[in-house]
Amino acid sequence: MQRIGVFVCWCGSNIAATVDVKRVAEAVRSEQGVVFSTDYQYMCSEAGQSIIKNAIKEHSLTGIVVCSCSPRMHEATFRKTAAAAGLNPYMVEIANIREQCSWIHKDMLSGTAKAIILAKAAVAKVNLNAPLIAGESPVTKRALVIGGGIAGIQTALDIADAGYEVDIVEKSPTIGGKMAQLDKTFPTLDCAACILTPKMVEAAQNEKIKLFTYSEVEKVKGFVGNFDVTIRKKARSVNEDLCTGCGVCTEKCPSRKGKNEFNLGLNTRGAIYIPFAQAIPNVPVIDRTQCIKFKTGKCGLCQMNCAAKAIDFSQQDEFVERNYGAIVVATGFNPIKLDKFEEFGYSMYPDVITSLELERIMNAAGPTKGHFERPSDHTQPKKIVFVQCVGSRDTSGCGKEYCSKICCMYTAKHAMLLREKYPDTEVYVFYIDVRTPGKNFDEFYRRAVEQYGVHYIKGMVGKVTDDGKGQLVVQASDLIANEQLKIKADMVVLAAAIEPDPTARSLGTMLTASMDTNDFFTEAHPKLRPVESPTAGVFLSGVCQGPKDIPETVSQAGAAAAKVIGLLAKDKLTCNPCVANSDTLVCNGCRQCEKVCPYGAISYEDKEVLRGDIRNVAVVNPAVCQGCGACTVTCPSGAMDLKGFTSRQIMAEVDAICR
Amino acid sequence: MINEKETAQRVIEISGVNPRKCMKCGKCSATCPSYDEMEYHPHQFVDMIDKGQVEKLLDSESLYKCLTCFACIERCPRGVEPAKLIEAVRLVKIRQQGQNHLKADMIPDILDDDMPQQAIVSAFRKYSK
Amino acid sequence: MPINEENKEFTPLIVAFCCNWCSYAGADLAGTGRLAYPANVKIVRVPCSCRVNPTFILRAFQRGADGVIICGCHPGDCHYTSGNYFARRRMTLLFSMLDYLGIERDRTRVEWVSAAEGAKFAATMNDFAAKIHELGENKRLGDLRCK
Repeated sequence: MQRIGVFVCWCGSNIAATVDVKRVAEAVRSEQGVVFSTDYQYMCSEAGQSIIKNAIKEHSLTGIVVCSCSPRMHEATFRKTAAAAGLNPYMVEIANIREQCSWIHKDMLSGTAKAIILAKAAVAKVNLNAPLIAGESPVTKRALVIGGGIAGIQTALDIADAGYEVDIVEKSPTIGGKMAQLDKTFPTLDCAACILTPKMVEAAQNEKIKLFTYSEVEKVKGFVGNFDVTIRKKARSVNEDLCTGCGVCTEKCPSRKGKNEFNLGLNTRGAIYIPFAQAIPNVPVIDRTQCIKFKTGKCGLCQMNCAAKAIDFSQQDEFVERNYGAIVVATGFNPIKLDKFEEFGYSMYPDVITSLELERIMNAAGPTKGHFERPSDHTQPKKIVFVQCVGSRDTSGCGKEYCSKICCMYTAKHAMLLREKYPDTEVYVFYIDVRTPGKNFDEFYRRAVEQYGVHYIKGMVGKVTDDGKGQLVVQASDLIANEQLKIKADMVVLAAAIEPDPTARSLGTMLTASMDTNDFFTEAHPKLRPVESPTAGVFLSGVCQGPKDIPETVSQAGAAAAKVIGLLAKDKLTCNPCVANSDTLVCNGCRQCEKVCPYGAISYEDKEVLRGDIRNVAVVNPAVCQGCGACTVTCPSGAMDLKGFTSRQIMAEVDAICR
Repeated sequence: MINEKETAQRVIEISGVNPRKCMKCGKCSATCPSYDEMEYHPHQFVDMIDKGQVEKLLDSESLYKCLTCFACIERCPRGVEPAKLIEAVRLVKIRQQGQNHLKADMIPDILDDDMPQQAIVSAFRKYSK
Repeated sequence: MPINEENKEFTPLIVAFCCNWCSYAGADLAGTGRLAYPANVKIVRVPCSCRVNPTFILRAFQRGADGVIICGCHPGDCHYTSGNYFARRRMTLLFSMLDYLGIERDRTRVEWVSAAEGAKFAATMNDFAAKIHELGENKRLGDLRCK
């Protein structure tokens, strides 16, 4: 028999204004097990908590019910209070009489009646509560960062700086990500490579950081503090340990037809290649779809010319298993494909390009060696039209409903750089809105307009055609002048929307980390926990969580690292004790629960359930179980139950409500 | 004969206004008491002069509908001063009309004590080359 | 629920099972936004919609509930990855069985309410309560009630 205390909070006037708190306290006194009840203005205050603590001691309470705000608000507070008074914290139940009652029911009579019922339901539940003891699990002091762009690199560097081991898994042959492809960065216009490559080198040289490039996460098992990850190291066909990075093989390779991914296909590369000069690791990779040796069996020029004997055509994908305490997702983004936007003629006219392609064309190490020229006839364009929001803020189904956030700024950057380097060019920017929040961002954009004379025109481009003589005709609206414009342009640059990397979806499933409808990872709380996934031990860094620019990405990367360090600094983690539990005597060994468990927390073991009676029964690993309860409903024999939310407890609540 | 672009440039020079500073918010037109009377509104003056389309403005009645109340100047968040631009277009128009410039030595005869100082300065600006 | 003797007005009793991560938070948000819904809706907090055992619903009807609604995270957004899919399948089966037993299809419902959808939570409860009010008292399991 429990000895229950009920504490009704006024929450100032938040509850007391529409709920007669004294009547609630009175009404529960006759309930089973209740030996004490009272009310107070602010139960969560120090004085309110003292009332609870004193009552626990004075009345030797075995369980308490606090009628107050949502348990999502103060359940943890009152559990701590109970623990401080020597009561098991899981003997506390909250009746939510604020959010579910006083705030929405303006009638005192019905509000009070409902509050009483909610209080009684909580009392009924507490009567069946049992003390729960949270288990502990050890923490593997190593973090995994998935993605080797600026987000991943920065996160890894910060974690390593705190003295913990970090592995970076990057799917392409080099780290660096999208930032490595950029020419200059806003709003300072410093060159991307100059600020990124030192960080790449730092990551490679840091003894705490291990790089897995050309690798992918294959499988994730385990839980916070104890992830068990299988990494697939794709066959590079080059032995990383032997290769000196001399690059002779890439020169000798007779195949020249592979599209250069780093330059977005604007030029070609050999079948054996290093993505770009500052690639890390500086080790080539063989593109087996292009390699003549792999296609015909004859060639092997690279192997013959390799003094280090590093070329290995027989290399196979390798699987590495590693343990981690925390996982950071930093999978980044890609510009969307533009083939659905026929009106802009991207797939029809070579001189209609994307902004990322323009970055490569403007870059001194790019396909044109920095000469600004049109892809079609290699002449220097004199009139350039930029189109913003190509696929962003688009609910037609062709694009993305969200704002890609970075386009306004990089378009201003491109326009400014072009006007500065080539003052005789005319630059038009068509926009729906110009969005430049951020430190020194609006000033930057205004500089493009006021100082560099870029023509910003409010309105969208409706159609891009050509005049048959190599010039593009851009038909657009100028909404301020209220007229339709036809501009003869040499080049059209489209600010394509960005979307999460396609690998994010499958990774999200592997990590059981939730995602929104656009495949961006969801944060645990949009304001207060922006770098944590709701899945414990999984953290978010960079654009995988939502569009962001480099400064924001770097700050988020640092924040994610801080969260990881906070986790890895702990020797043990307290587990959630509200986990599933199987009654071995009742279990019939049907294995249904094992199939529905999303965490693989249930295994079947031979156990001696009675003397001499060994049965194959379900066993729940309490450190892995997250307490969803799927198994409890699936169990046909009723052996499986969920601590803290047992079937009897929920039934008791239902009964109390329906009484 | 100077071309339209040069005329627009002349307007910019006379007014001392930089139309590129405009963010196209429309507050000048929103505050204009003569709005309903005008074919081209203050924000269009700024925009069109920036684009060099000054001919339409020179031929427009709107030029004389502006009361020069300076409300637009007062309220512009970017300090563009549209009324100054309109005034400059008016000046260009007047100058194009030709030989009615005031000579400096004619001025003392016209002056009297009741004439406000502002009008005198304004007259100098309008009628001198 | 028996007809209120004093004013003879029928006030239905509705039990709402809400998952802790989305719908319960959505209900909290309805409260924070002061979005009213009938007081006869009583919420039972469960960790996930997949924790709702069909027997809980039978029990509620047996004990006099006039309507039962289960709220969970939107498909694909389950905190536990797949719980709401289990709930959806189980409830589809249960509801058709209840329908067969004579408990009208409209007395039971599954709704997806996210933590950000306070307004949807209130609107859903208002709509559901109105529906139950139209249907009147749930008598089908009345004779089985063990009070």
